[in-house]
Amino acid sequence: MSFDLSAVVAGAYSSRLLDGLQITLWLTGVSWLLAYALGTVLAVAYMANNRIVRGMVFVYVEFHRNVPLLVLILLWYFGVFTLAPGWLASWTNGPGSEFRASAFAIGLCMAAYVAEDIRSGVRSLPVGQNEAARALGLSYLQSATWVILPQAVRIAIPLLVNRAIIFFKGSALAMTVGVAELTYVTREIENATFRTFEAYLIATGIYVAISLLIMAVGAMIEHRFAIGSR
Amino acid sequence: MLDVLLGSWQFFLIGQYPNGPVGGLALTIALSVLGLVLSFPFSILIALARTSPMAIFRVPALVLVYAVRGIPLIMLIFWAYFVVPLIVGRAVPGFTTMVCTLVVYESVYLSDVIRAGIQALPAGQTEAARSLGLSYLRTVWYVIMPQALYNMVPGMVSQFVSIIKETSLASVISVHELTYSANQINASLLTKPLQVYLILALTYFVLCFALSSLARYLENRVTRKRNVTLVRLLEPGATAA
Repeated sequence: MSFDLSAVVAGAYSSRLLDGLQITLWLTGVSWLLAYALGTVLAVAYMANNRIVRGMVFVYVEFHRNVPLLVLILLWYFGVFTLAPGWLASWTNGPGSEFRASAFAIGLCMAAYVAEDIRSGVRSLPVGQNEAARALGLSYLQSATWVILPQAVRIAIPLLVNRAIIFFKGSALAMTVGVAELTYVTREIENATFRTFEAYLIATGIYVAISLLIMAVGAMIEHRFAIGSR
Repeated sequence: MLDVLLGSWQFFLIGQYPNGPVGGLALTIALSVLGLVLSFPFSILIALARTSPMAIFRVPALVLVYAVRGIPLIMLIFWAYFVVPLIVGRAVPGFTTMVCTLVVYESVYLSDVIRAGIQALPAGQTEAARSLGLSYLRTVWYVIMPQALYNMVPGMVSQFVSIIKETSLASVISVHELTYSANQINASLLTKPLQVYLILALTYFVLCFALSSLARYLENRVTRKRNVTLVRLLEPGATAA
């Protein structure tokens, strides 16, 4: 059997691949949104001078950082979603529930890492920034929103971009619970055509291209928003 | 949750062992240790190639690093599942496939840890060694590596945590490690998915949290020690605080 790339993109296969890619991108997008929103909230909560809140954030972050993403996906899909109460059951067990469980698992896990990244940005700021903001009469939340976070997030951009790539790749794990994303579709095409090399080559090319794209966009954002660039 | 744990703790720990192959947590740890140990020499080579002044070494290493960073681990496992038997010419057990995958994937990530350790050293170390007449290889072996390795220890421990987490993907190709055991237990109990997967998650958590706490502790120690050394170097006679 000779190398023949056209065999795996012929006819229906190319639209299957595009469908898979689309689901991968949706899954990535939804989990990113969840992660950046929740991660910022967690980071701000950790800055508070409240031991109970800090303890809770610490437990959340450490749990998600020390458990494999695959296990979290399995836990959400098989463990939590199947046991949801009746009024939620159509949403957690109906069609598309594997997508939702995976998006939850990936997003909540990534949020822990995002919180940690932003926190390391916060740590690199001088304490005087917060003290000055508070002394000027800003409340805790105002100081966090207008003074600390804008600086901390900019410092953390390289970390956040790296994180974005890692969890974009992590979306492939959703195939284990049956989400028909790019890797899942690739396996299907491989099973149907027996052209393993070609099928994997295309999927790998797509993953690498998108990862490089994220890196490039990240570098652009970093350059554009660097402190002192304006 | 306790009854699930009491009923199947042995299966979680060692799989079917006396009556079958070793599995469970024991296999997870075996996979992770093998993955770390075998990828270590390759990661040093990649790190040296990336810090090399010669582009013939630097460019291929860079391409490899960016390619592997862009591929999901699970995709790489499928590649290994397909390619490794082609290379060795016969069927290969899933365990070997996973170890090969981990070596490729982790050499790249570990090489970053090592590169950071090398680049954290002042350039004067290399320059001094070279001007004393040591060859490049001797400089690396006797001057750079002993210092860089010490700085790298915390990073290596946290990389080990990543490897442990990555071995969970071996369950996809039916290696009987911890996650696979949990899947089997879940399939036989049928009605207790939450308990089974919580036990699974907590097992990983206990193991990985202990190791990442160790990494944090080592990190503090290394940083402190390095700063003290730096103070000594800068001001002869200054007392280490």
